[in-house]
Amino acid sequence: MAADYTATPFVGRTFGVTVSNLTKKFGNVTVLNNVSLEVRPGEIFCIMGPSGSGKSVLLKHIAGLERATSGEVRIGEHDAADPETRTKVHLALVFQAGALFSSLSVYDNLALYPREHKLCGEAGIRERVMHALSILSLEKAAQKFPSELSGGMKKRVAIARALVMEPQLLLYDEPTSELDPVMGATISEIIATLREQTAVTSIVVTHDRDLALSIGDRVAIIMDGRIRATGKAEEFRAPKDPAIANFLTPVIDLKNPRFKQLENNNE
Amino acid sequence: MNQLKLVVGHIGGAVLLLVRTAGFVKTLPGQFGRFIEQCYLIGYTSLPIVTILTFFIGGVLALQSGYSMENFGAKQFIGTLVGLSMVRELGPVMVAILIAGRVGSAIAAELASMKVYQEVDALETMNIPAERILVLPRLAAILAMMPVLTLIGIVCGWYGGALICEYTLLISVDSDSYFTALKQYMKNKDVLDGLLKAEVFGFVVVLVCCYIGLNTRGGPREIGASVTKAVVTSLILILVLDYFVTKALL
Repeated sequence: MAADYTATPFVGRTFGVTVSNLTKKFGNVTVLNNVSLEVRPGEIFCIMGPSGSGKSVLLKHIAGLERATSGEVRIGEHDAADPETRTKVHLALVFQAGALFSSLSVYDNLALYPREHKLCGEAGIRERVMHALSILSLEKAAQKFPSELSGGMKKRVAIARALVMEPQLLLYDEPTSELDPVMGATISEIIATLREQTAVTSIVVTHDRDLALSIGDRVAIIMDGRIRATGKAEEFRAPKDPAIANFLTPVIDLKNPRFKQLENNNE
Repeated sequence: MNQLKLVVGHIGGAVLLLVRTAGFVKTLPGQFGRFIEQCYLIGYTSLPIVTILTFFIGGVLALQSGYSMENFGAKQFIGTLVGLSMVRELGPVMVAILIAGRVGSAIAAELASMKVYQEVDALETMNIPAERILVLPRLAAILAMMPVLTLIGIVCGWYGGALICEYTLLISVDSDSYFTALKQYMKNKDVLDGLLKAEVFGFVVVLVCCYIGLNTRGGPREIGASVTKAVVTSLILILVLDYFVTKALL
């Protein structure tokens, strides 16, 4: 008989993540090339990089959704490729577009995990779901369907759904993409507050410089499937590596031949 | 050679999906709501089109055969011909084709869209197997609904034929003679074989559509491609399996 849930802050044991010599190839294309990094328990670790650099694929390996060509990912002492690990470490992933179940209401989206795993009775599930919704100020959206939500609300519901799982490792894939600056800042604040309240280890994949440098304890820059640099967030405010500097603070040169070509095409 | 490898790979993948799904059979009673929802979607919502289609197939069969059999003085056997054709062949095959076009395409589209928009990945991160909550209720529902739909289709086909025979001047076989002839050569085995064929077709259609939907990669364009692939593969499999199942049952 499942015990009823009592709302408590989502505090539990947190896990570090170790990525060792991870290589992933899709056919002849090498997406990740010998990537190694370490995420410490309880920290917010941001992975930044240009589009197509392999950030999301790396995140999928940490979540155990992809199999490595070589190398390994360990969450604490557990192998990330083992599906059981996700349950053992209470891993939750907030997807870029939310990945909410379109046929279910917001409430049922959040209730799915405890229901399917029979974690508690219906009253306990309700308490658990409403607690997560209240953290994200989404109580009024409980009966809405994902198609009725704005982009920012979808992201918040996705975070609330992750919270219902009482995560000890929380992964975010581009949490501020497609959001206006105000909503982006709100999501950043939510990520930072959740870590503060629950000490959850958070890995944030993003190309949003402001997000990474404002909430990240440490940042890794990934380029062409390789880790280019890892360090404290403040070290990336004035990077010495020209490639990283160009990525973090791109200079738009209108004399660049590419722009000339675009101008000609427009004419 | 590469094409052959690809086909063998897909067959293996579909069998693996079936084996994984079978591992969750015990969870079916706990998913009664999902099972009933799928029965409604597969069975109830398909009912109008099944009745209309099979009614007219029976009618056309009676019309075509009536004119031909008139020449041989054998029009009293129209009921037998329509009855057996509907039970043994046209009922199961036409209902299966309809299910492939209507239900199979919807299943492939829904699962492909769930895959593309990462809903299936979200399930995986929650350790909720897609086979358990997405495939199993659909397979169970098709097994429950296919015989019902086929039986209704067969009866509609019979009545379509009867109506045409009664009211087409050149045929003019009354309903009583039509149904007497129909019953005369009909055995229980014919009906059971027809229903068994329908079960096989329906099961394969849903399995194939689930497999193709869950293996969609890419973006919205691939959802459309998956639906086409699922329906075309289902139609080919229905007709190929029809030969082998018929041969095995004869």
